[in-house]
Amino acid sequence: MTDVPAELRSGRFDHVVDVRDVVVVLGAFPALAGASLTVDRGEIVLLSGPNGAGKTTLLRACAGLVPIERGRASVLGLDVSTERDAVRRHVGLIGHHNGLYSDLSVAENVRFWGSTVGASSAEIATAMQRMGLDGRLSDLPVARLSAGQRRRTALASLVARRASLWLLDEPHAGLDAEGRDELDSVLRAAAAAGATIMVASHELERAGSLATRHVRVVAGQVVPVSGGAA
Amino acid sequence: MTTRVARDRVTGTPFTRGLGIVTIAGIVWLVIFGLFVTPADVNQGETVRIMYAHVPGAWLAYLAFIVTALSSAMYLWRRTRSLTWDRIAGASAEIGVLFMGISLVTGSLWGRLTWGTFWTWDARLTTTAFLFVTYIGYLAVRNLGGTHHQRARRSAVLALLAVLEIPLVHFSVEIWNSLHQEASVAGNTDVTMDGLMLFTLFLGVIVFTLMYVWMLLHRQRALTLEDMLDDTGLDRALAARRTEAGVS
Amino acid sequence: MLRTAKTIAAKDLRIELRSRVIANQVIPFAALVMILFAFALDSDAVLERVAPGLVWLATIFSVLFIVARSFALETTDGALEALRAAGVDPMGIFLGKTLALATQLIALEAVLVGASVVLYRADVSASGGVLLVTTAILATVGLASVGTLYGGLAAGAKGRETLLPLLLLPVVAPVLIGATRATESAFGTNGIDVSEGWPWLGLLAVFAVLFSVVGAVAFGPLVDD
Repeated sequence: MTDVPAELRSGRFDHVVDVRDVVVVLGAFPALAGASLTVDRGEIVLLSGPNGAGKTTLLRACAGLVPIERGRASVLGLDVSTERDAVRRHVGLIGHHNGLYSDLSVAENVRFWGSTVGASSAEIATAMQRMGLDGRLSDLPVARLSAGQRRRTALASLVARRASLWLLDEPHAGLDAEGRDELDSVLRAAAAAGATIMVASHELERAGSLATRHVRVVAGQVVPVSGGAA
Repeated sequence: MTTRVARDRVTGTPFTRGLGIVTIAGIVWLVIFGLFVTPADVNQGETVRIMYAHVPGAWLAYLAFIVTALSSAMYLWRRTRSLTWDRIAGASAEIGVLFMGISLVTGSLWGRLTWGTFWTWDARLTTTAFLFVTYIGYLAVRNLGGTHHQRARRSAVLALLAVLEIPLVHFSVEIWNSLHQEASVAGNTDVTMDGLMLFTLFLGVIVFTLMYVWMLLHRQRALTLEDMLDDTGLDRALAARRTEAGVS
Repeated sequence: MLRTAKTIAAKDLRIELRSRVIANQVIPFAALVMILFAFALDSDAVLERVAPGLVWLATIFSVLFIVARSFALETTDGALEALRAAGVDPMGIFLGKTLALATQLIALEAVLVGASVVLYRADVSASGGVLLVTTAILATVGLASVGTLYGGLAAGAKGRETLLPLLLLPVVAPVLIGATRATESAFGTNGIDVSEGWPWLGLLAVFAVLFSVVGAVAFGPLVDD
């Protein structure tokens, strides 16, 4: 994969994601109460756990979107609190919203996100092709896509803007069986190409078969389930 | 220990109690001088007495908004991002809006009696009205929610924008007015003040300023306690979550 | 930063071309306001006298809707948050959105000036036209900057529909005053000469420069929390 950031190639860090004893407070509620987790390149890590356990907040903390009250977190060797802008440029977060403009077509959306980092049209074409969005689909307005196609458009936008850490919050939600299969296959291909992926999901069977490692988030902390220590 | 904690949880200190007593004494003094001791004005008669509340009220509102702007700047400027500056800004704006309201009401009552009209589109009055609305908006933004620092940053930027906005509004209304001479009645109401009246006005400004400082200290500490309430909740909730995780 | 601004502006304008919300809803609304003014004031002499003020009043009401629309695009599917999460330069976002907003406002103002010629019998000479165009450009830059700044502040907040007018209307008073006076000269309302209009542009220019610079700097801290 060519779109690996310089920091990654230089190997100035041990893990793509390194979260240590992180406390995040939302309002007066400690959404993360000392969470620790490391993730390496090419992994697909499944975060499971009950509602309100802190899965979403953990993803948002890795994207530098919530202030870290205590502890520290780094992504690609960059500190999430102090080097927030650099971290954000390498991270793509897709949650309940896809961040798409429904009046624009698939191609226009992907091109828009690509042009925020000055991506070439070849890069944008590759991004759409890797997410299975080439051909007829690419000129449809996003408003007319299925939920699965929208999710893949959002992923293509991540590829187009060269994000190497993907944080996906309930990516299977609202997708039909076909959409889920397509999503899983593009995610596996992306991880094989060097992307690092964290997936927060309720659907253990579905996401479990996709993931290379599974950890549980319980009461704002990370508990290992399989595949070694958290 | 318990007394210490209890002490931390109130907004009064010996200083504010002393200040409060002085302020109340000052208000009594001002009322006696303003209503009874000073003479009626030659032109305006008894209505001139409104001035002893109106002028200090307006002065105080402006002072309060300047304090809001300065402490907002301090919040943004200092690396420490101390929420104390934010709370001073918020407390000061609340008091400012209160006193601006008072001075708008007393001013229009006085205007009705003296000019025969509640309102005139004079630059000073118009700017004051805009200022009033702007800071109501500022207080609305403070209540948008989010973390303490989100609140602080948003409202600090807004307070500094208001500082830019006010001279522009004043200036534009002033030149607008220069074309509409017939509207400005404010210019030709000279108040001939004797020494005692001037002294009473001065006394009013001092007393209102003391009152402002007194209210500001209390309100600022009340806001601190509100924020602390959120924060102490945090440690307890954190401990609770940790045990919860250990059990499950 | 300029690349980001260009990308964002092009995106906003393309969305308007596709959806035509401003063209099909906001511009007709503004024209409707002009017609309602005519009913309310019900006198040709009065209408002719206040036409310049009405044009700008209708513009300012429309700014509220255009700003709301501009940020509704960004918040319905979490795009503003996605932009922020992608580390896109907030100054670029501000400039881009301001540019798109300004373009739409210019189109709106052209329609309103046309409407006032038709409905209120406003009359524009050649030298008045130059003054009018300059006024429109300066006023638009000011309105678009301040609209984007406060729109960003209110975006995503609860009660933003009511918060935005409360914040925005007091701030734009100098634009209303300056642009109205300059337009009076351009229309020759009450026999005012065109040359008397030019000094007002100073006020509009100060406003435009002040809020575009402050907006570019302050937009980041306002949306990023």
